[in-house]
Amino acid sequence: MTDISLIRNFSIIAHIDHGKSTLSDRLIQLCGNVALRDMQEQILDSMDIEKERGITIKAQTVRLDYKYKDGKTYQLNLMDTPGHVDFAYEVSRSLAACEGAILVVDASQGVEAQTLANVYQALDNNLEILPVLNKVDLPAADVDRVKQQIEDVIGLDASDAVGVSAKTGLNVPAVLEAIVERLPAPKGDRTKPLIAMLIDSWYDAYLGVVVLVRIREGVMKKGQKIKLMSTDANYQIERLGIFRPKQEMLAELGPGEVGFFTASIKQVADTRVGDTIIDEKNLNAVALPGFKPAQPVVFCGLFPVDAAEFEDLREAMGRLRLNDASFSFETESSAALGFGFRCGFLGLLHLEIITERLEREFNLDLITTAPSVIYHVHMNDGTMLEMHNPADMPDVVKIARIEEPWIKATILVPDDYLGSVLKLCQDRRGRQKELTYVGSRAMVVYELPLNEVVFDFYDRLKSISKGYASFDYAIIGYEEEQLVKLSMLVNNEAVDALSMIVHRTRAETRGRTMCEKLKDLIPPHLFQIPIQAAIGGKVIARETIKALRKDVLAKCYGGDISRKRKLLDKQKKGKKKMRQFGSVEIPQEAFIAALKMDEN
Amino acid sequence: MLVSGNPDGAGFGVYVHWPFCASKCPYCDFNSHVRVGGTDQARFLAAFRREIRHTRERTGARRVQSIFFGGGTPSLMAPATVAGILDEIARNWHVEPGAEITLEANPSSVEAGRFHDYRSAGVNRVSLGVQALNDPDLKALGRLHTVAEAKAALEVARTTFERYTFDLIYARPRQGVGQWCVELREALSLAGDHLSLYQLTIEPDTPFEALHRSGKLAVPDPELADELFAVTQAMTADAGLPAYEISNHARPGAASRHNMLYWHYGEYAGIGPGAHGRLLVDGRRRATSTVRSPEQWLVQVEGDGHGAVEDVGLSRAEQADEMLLMGLRLDEGLDLARLAAIGGVQPGVDTVQRLIELEMLDYLPELHRIRATARGRFVLNKLVEELSAGFEAVAS
Repeated sequence: MTDISLIRNFSIIAHIDHGKSTLSDRLIQLCGNVALRDMQEQILDSMDIEKERGITIKAQTVRLDYKYKDGKTYQLNLMDTPGHVDFAYEVSRSLAACEGAILVVDASQGVEAQTLANVYQALDNNLEILPVLNKVDLPAADVDRVKQQIEDVIGLDASDAVGVSAKTGLNVPAVLEAIVERLPAPKGDRTKPLIAMLIDSWYDAYLGVVVLVRIREGVMKKGQKIKLMSTDANYQIERLGIFRPKQEMLAELGPGEVGFFTASIKQVADTRVGDTIIDEKNLNAVALPGFKPAQPVVFCGLFPVDAAEFEDLREAMGRLRLNDASFSFETESSAALGFGFRCGFLGLLHLEIITERLEREFNLDLITTAPSVIYHVHMNDGTMLEMHNPADMPDVVKIARIEEPWIKATILVPDDYLGSVLKLCQDRRGRQKELTYVGSRAMVVYELPLNEVVFDFYDRLKSISKGYASFDYAIIGYEEEQLVKLSMLVNNEAVDALSMIVHRTRAETRGRTMCEKLKDLIPPHLFQIPIQAAIGGKVIARETIKALRKDVLAKCYGGDISRKRKLLDKQKKGKKKMRQFGSVEIPQEAFIAALKMDEN
Repeated sequence: MLVSGNPDGAGFGVYVHWPFCASKCPYCDFNSHVRVGGTDQARFLAAFRREIRHTRERTGARRVQSIFFGGGTPSLMAPATVAGILDEIARNWHVEPGAEITLEANPSSVEAGRFHDYRSAGVNRVSLGVQALNDPDLKALGRLHTVAEAKAALEVARTTFERYTFDLIYARPRQGVGQWCVELREALSLAGDHLSLYQLTIEPDTPFEALHRSGKLAVPDPELADELFAVTQAMTADAGLPAYEISNHARPGAASRHNMLYWHYGEYAGIGPGAHGRLLVDGRRRATSTVRSPEQWLVQVEGDGHGAVEDVGLSRAEQADEMLLMGLRLDEGLDLARLAAIGGVQPGVDTVQRLIELEMLDYLPELHRIRATARGRFVLNKLVEELSAGFEAVAS
């Protein structure tokens, strides 16, 4: 067991692409934990989607043995934290398990909004922060400017920031030295009863649920009977160990250490991030601060394109939920789309990741309906309905008022794009709270209705700022608004999966855009199709898709029927991807694409 | 039920592909090639003969109702080459007396000079690629002949062969209804018992497609194309040459027998480079096709005795789709009893009902056939898609 003074627990905070994973890989390599031939680029981000998107979804950890120049071997526990605003709570728990953090900033790009949010979280958790400037070898690197920015924006002394190139390995050993020298050792007493924090958990096909913990006080031992405080559930520890990044079994974990255990826990949902783990006999234990159950904020319907795949979808979601307790689902039936599920997500990225995994790992074709937030519908009789599906909107005459969630958004954007960003926020019913300058970049703080953000705000922000704007948000509360249900009628029939809740002042614009979009997305049929947007019984916008006039092969001889049959097969394949509404076929892209509002 | 001793009741024909042209037309995506130095016709003839013998081994005895020389430009063949091929066909299968033997020809004076010898070789029907009856459009379509030459060739054809037909391409760039009516009226005065009228189609990987994509070649929009189609239907019907297929018109009883073989989903052997066939072998319908490159086809036939690159059995569902694709092109429509017998399916009642309500389809109960209406025929791809998607299995 390592002396507690030789332990360093730290995480790496960085914006996407600023080099967190590459730096992690270099640190692991330098400590000799991975043979070069086993070295897979970016060891910690193991899921395919994580690698492709360059973000971390699940927290990972690795223990490194580092021989410092004083001759002693230090135990470094590197916690890789999720890198996206959707997973802010998970980040906060990972940070709470550390004493220090390495702040990686791209030496040419500078500080981003998301980095800022995580740095503030780290400061809230009293972490010692070690600034590292990455990519200093690139021609565009401006070390002095970025150091100044770190001091101006974060208020952190960056004078002895370490400049590295994680890609080439330049100066990375200095980071290891700084970790030992500048980050504090953990505190804890091994004679006290066990108190540990649950950092993360995941489902492993061989081991069942694996729980990542940080020991605060006492010792966790193999065979020990433990209790998870929030669920009041008891388990017996079966396996105990660490990752290097390969698993290594241990008999016990002492204070300050980070490791994993398994205990015949059935599903990830039984283990809550941030929960306190104690010895089951320790009746007087007090829970660690900061625990919060996962709270979905964005909802949408997921339906199989092929109705016969409903059960497959249910099974796939069950399996994903084993590994992701923050994703919730319940059966939903739609007149238009048949049977499917109403799902809750931590945010839009989370939504995208889950749907992508369902399609990719389980080979399902899905229709995603418009994302929605939770509305508080206050009824005349004094009751309140939490509505997250526009289809559940009660009769308007029974509604006293509707409230919607608002967020506080922080956006960092180069001056050149500020005008477009302000216009975007303004168009989305935003209220400007702050506008300050940080060097040549503006920091804008806006309050925005979450509803306006879930559709495509992030995509729009990226496109109008050519990718330079960064964005972070937190929910601040509910406010009453003039909200109405906008229905879309295709060939005079309401398509429930296309209905949405919108602000009254925006209903007409959105209705008109929806009609235009659907007109482009629905191919011509053998008959004319009216498309209408309506509030209640009142039509506010309409378009018409003209009937198909010509679709025929003029010349069809020479005997090559195979080619025509292959064309027909292609046509039929396309047809299968359509959803039938009465006699109209709507392509599945229409459901999501129609909601991406281009604004000029 | 057997007709003329052949299985499957829809007859047997032989398609012979001559893959060479004097020049390549910018709209054409057929398997045609220009060879400046000419071609070794004797060598090709020997290869055609070998492939015919090879195909005979696959099919067994058949009674041939039609032979069709297509291309390319078959009128570039020496009459002796044509005679040699017809001779080999007759040695291997029984060619019925009165079988239709068609050759596609360019209406140039040089080629018309060979018509008499083709007739002597056994060709009894000629199909001329006239394409337009005004010189500027002929030039724009990349044709080498003039209107005057075409008219002269038609006259030779009329006096030489038992039957003749010619093709026109319409819905050409900048072509209006009035201009087309004038041209069609003249065409009808020149027509014998058959006429093919194709709307210009921009085919992938052709020079016209490149021009079209870059905006330098405008074709009539769907509305105008539809009007042109409608006026074509009306004028040909008035002249006694109604459409019996989307683009083909004939006096009653004068439909091209060869093309009817395709549209009736009959049996046909494809001989020559890039030729397609549908053969019944051991009771199973097979799709065949051969090497497209003339020289590679030649080498393969000389080595293996055949030029096949594809020879696959078709499932009942595939046969049902092919029958539907072909049969609905005809004015007489699709024989549902035959569809059930070969494809094992029938169109779904709901689909048929809906298409009838949309005036796209007719059901003829006494004949147990479905047929596309004039409107339906112009959106046939969509009709076929819907009917195929709605197929229901029938107990066989």
